[in-house]
Amino acid sequence: MLDQYYGYGLYAVSLLTMGGIYAILTLGLNVQWGFTGLFNAGIAGFFGIGAYVTALLTTAPSARHIGGWEVPYVLAFAAAMVVSGIIAYAVGKVCLRLRSDYLAIATIGIAENFRLILKNETWATNGPRGVSDIPKPFESLPEPWNHISFLLMVLAIVFVIYLLLEVARKSPWGRVMTAIRENETSAKAAGKNVETYRMEGFVIGCMIMALAGAMMAHYLKFVDPNATDPLLATFIVWVMLIVGGSANNKGAILGAFLMWAVWSASEILTSRLPDELAIRTAYIRIFLIGLALQFFLQRYPQGILPETRPSADKAANPSAS
Amino acid sequence: MAEFINFYLIPGVLLGSIYALGAIGITLTFGILRFANFAHGDIMTLGVYFTWSLVQFTDLHPLVVMPVAMVLTVLCSLLIDRAFYKPLRNAPVIMLVIASFGLMLMVRSVIQFFWGVQLKSVLPGIQMPMTFLDFFRISPKHIMIIVCALALMAAVHYLLTYTKIGKAMRAMADSPELARLTGIDTEKVVMATWVVGGALACAAGVFLAVDTQVETMMGFKLLLPVFAAAILGGVGRPYGAMVGGLVIGIAEEMSSYHWIGDGPLLNPGYKQGVAFVIMIAMLLWRPSGLFKGKVF
Repeated sequence: MLDQYYGYGLYAVSLLTMGGIYAILTLGLNVQWGFTGLFNAGIAGFFGIGAYVTALLTTAPSARHIGGWEVPYVLAFAAAMVVSGIIAYAVGKVCLRLRSDYLAIATIGIAENFRLILKNETWATNGPRGVSDIPKPFESLPEPWNHISFLLMVLAIVFVIYLLLEVARKSPWGRVMTAIRENETSAKAAGKNVETYRMEGFVIGCMIMALAGAMMAHYLKFVDPNATDPLLATFIVWVMLIVGGSANNKGAILGAFLMWAVWSASEILTSRLPDELAIRTAYIRIFLIGLALQFFLQRYPQGILPETRPSADKAANPSAS
Repeated sequence: MAEFINFYLIPGVLLGSIYALGAIGITLTFGILRFANFAHGDIMTLGVYFTWSLVQFTDLHPLVVMPVAMVLTVLCSLLIDRAFYKPLRNAPVIMLVIASFGLMLMVRSVIQFFWGVQLKSVLPGIQMPMTFLDFFRISPKHIMIIVCALALMAAVHYLLTYTKIGKAMRAMADSPELARLTGIDTEKVVMATWVVGGALACAAGVFLAVDTQVETMMGFKLLLPVFAAAILGGVGRPYGAMVGGLVIGIAEEMSSYHWIGDGPLLNPGYKQGVAFVIMIAMLLWRPSGLFKGKVF
């Protein structure tokens, strides 16, 4: 009896950990889409970049791939974010002066071409077989405290990013972002450098996504080119943000946990079916989650938690409240 | 010389004509409906699977049953437009891009559900290539593909130049406001766009399936080169899309030719990356494309 509850407990911990990692991704996308109105269709690319950078840096030396320097976690996370930020900057330089459609095409191109590199440069990345034996923070602790500590670390990161983004959203910077998203021309007329602001939003978002990728690599202790799969790392994140509520950081977090719970629960249901049927119903899940996205787009484009704006009075005169 | 033509130029033209057909649909939706349609690749896959089923039922050559598959693909395109794009017509355009991104995976999951993910073939058996002038070798199915693709492009040219609806489509791609002012029925033009795009998408997919095999990711793999072709030719420019498709197809195949020294210039594993590089270069140098297309 107690064993059963213990099992449920561990399942809940893993559910929350994955939900937390997705919450980081969704917060990253919220900076790009929610705040700035940029369409990133290659979330998986930046997620994969983060996962691979930290994997190659923190593993023990191995003949199968480059790296293996056993770099401390914090430095590896920082490196993952910096590399992702640099690549985002380059993509932004090319696409941000054009409409968001071009950015969408270019980012999905980055994700697909990153996968090509991962598969072809076997000497550096071990090709399709991926990088294994990635160390996991707190893994030396006894069960179940190792899992719980990792979960707490992920949740703490979600919380810190949330706080930082809330400060950013309410700051003058956040207001300019909203202004650009709502009416680019008038923001320009007010003397704001639209391209610079967009670039900042895009780069910050991609850095947050890379951090999520790094978390996932350590959590699973393994990463392979499937990390850049458009379904599980791009599409589902979009669904999470649109359902939860774009431009609302709480909504982004809610959407991530909610949709991940739905996704996992439906997996448990379908895995009880006979084999042949179980494989097929997996595709129905994708279809239904797509349908949920379309439903929200058409009926509730604001999502469950709509955007709230900092009130204008307080902004003009902070001492008034 | 013969090696260059047989193994690089002819496959390049073949691949290029497939890209060209796909790119016409992309460029028309981008130009007329004003959004980048991410579901276009998986519509191609859908056309291929319709053709595969028809071949199983009738035992005919895939290119013979293809017109029926084209009709089915067009019907699906129109249904998708009615259910998912039309309700968003008055919303910000980027919503349409998100919807199409979702549809890309929805269409693919439907295909995977009904047909499974195993490799299939629409044209079993190996064909011996024919030899001309002692050294040019080309297989009959490749000749068929190139001839059919050229015929379809000629049909598109006829449609756009000589028919009323074709002229209306060009007008709307040039300026939607002006088109509306002159009394063009925009909903009709939108439907015509899906008809042309869906039919050509099906054809492009089937040609690729005849040349290689049938798999559920084939359309998605075409998506990036096809976008690159549309941007290279200029968004909203069907002739540009044709040229862009050919250029990208030929460039992809020729990138692995041993131009310098003995080894291939580029590892063939990176062939798919060529389209992306061309696209980025184009966006940097001239986002309006070779044929002065639209820039949004």
